[in-house]
Amino acid sequence: MARLKQGETKTIFTRGPSAGARVLLFSLLSIVLMSLDHRQQHVETLRNALSLLVYPVQRLVNVPADSVRWVSEELTSKEELQAEIQRLKQELFFYRSQLRKLTVTEVENRRLRLLLQSSEDLPERTIIAELVNVDADPYRHQILINKGSRQGSYLGAPVLDAEGIIGQVKHAGPLSSVVVLVTDPSHALPVQVDRNGLRGIVRGTGRYNELLLPYMQNNADVEVGDLLITSGLGGRFPRGYPVGRVSRISQDPGQPFLRVVAQPTADLDRVREVLLLMAPPEAPVSPTEEVDTELTDPAAAPAPS
Amino acid sequence: MSRLTERGGWVILVSFLIGFTLTLIPTPEWADRFRPQWVALILIYWCMALPERVGVGIGWMAGLTLDVAQASLLGQHALAMAIMAYVTNKAHMRLRVLPLWQQSGTVMLFLLVNQLIVQWINGVVGYPPRDWWYLAPPLASTLLWPWVFVVLRDLRRRLRVT
Repeated sequence: MARLKQGETKTIFTRGPSAGARVLLFSLLSIVLMSLDHRQQHVETLRNALSLLVYPVQRLVNVPADSVRWVSEELTSKEELQAEIQRLKQELFFYRSQLRKLTVTEVENRRLRLLLQSSEDLPERTIIAELVNVDADPYRHQILINKGSRQGSYLGAPVLDAEGIIGQVKHAGPLSSVVVLVTDPSHALPVQVDRNGLRGIVRGTGRYNELLLPYMQNNADVEVGDLLITSGLGGRFPRGYPVGRVSRISQDPGQPFLRVVAQPTADLDRVREVLLLMAPPEAPVSPTEEVDTELTDPAAAPAPS
Repeated sequence: MSRLTERGGWVILVSFLIGFTLTLIPTPEWADRFRPQWVALILIYWCMALPERVGVGIGWMAGLTLDVAQASLLGQHALAMAIMAYVTNKAHMRLRVLPLWQQSGTVMLFLLVNQLIVQWINGVVGYPPRDWWYLAPPLASTLLWPWVFVVLRDLRRRLRVT
């Protein structure tokens, strides 16, 4: 009897607290974690540490696709390569001549701004990042890129491609960053109509080819085909980058606002390489930023998850 | 049940790693909606086969890793997985004796609860599901359960994971 009792107490000891107590404990822990993670960035260090563990797997899953691409690149014929080099040379020549013209304009612009005593646009530095993974959850538009805080990525960094704004960095891990796209339903950014400077907000819809421009008055001067560019308000995105083109406007007389739908200019669903804008020295990272995101929540808040 | 007889922990770890790989592997867009909940399936198997080794704690950690991998709210999948591991641990005796198709039905129930918890939290933080497609992954996973079960069971027997 005594032996049996001893054995019993032993199993109880090795098993620790009961399963019910453990599930309660872990549920509470999850709830605390979630409330800390939602809107506040208190557990970002934990996420970043764990992201280092997950990153190898995220790279690993791309090996088949990458090797197929590598093989097909290896197998392209010499003529094709030469033709492509030729084409690229011509393109480079064309863009260089255009750049020359733009440089002159920029110098002139800067001088005029100096004359007007208005603040100067800071020169921006960019790094090229490669897409590693797309979020499997079809309701979230997030991508993973292969540049992290070690390479200069930071929370809220604007991400673009050659055609326009793609999104912004939501979590900057040491080696990789999560980017939330402009089409994510929780994302919004301040824009203006390129043609007349009319300001507005662009919200994601959860569809790759649709952005919404809410709160446009019924008599607002918006037309199909108008280009929407970032307005620079909110301090997160620099001014003047294209975001989308108005594709559809419908008016319901019973509603106070127009329904304006725009198509993103960037190829959000087939992008492979993106540009990451680095923070200009001593620019937007200031204590006001936190207040800013809290107050103008729809305008520039990082997508809360 | 003492610590000395526990062996083959690496098999469990590797099976979870494979689960994470399958969860993250890029697929065509249409297939994304049916992507099975691999990690949940593997967790259910181990919770059923070795309830004294794999339970709430490991489920919670697997869920947390999934949260980081999918950039969802930290703790979201962790909560769902911990609860699922608990339920599976509780029911492991009954699950083991059920025929495979009834087992699949029970597993589907667990997976649906898991998905519901995740979607509830999604709804609270501003990603409410727009349609009924969120039911597709549990259903796809259920179809895969017999296969996962047989593969993992054979692995466990051959490699003598206890």
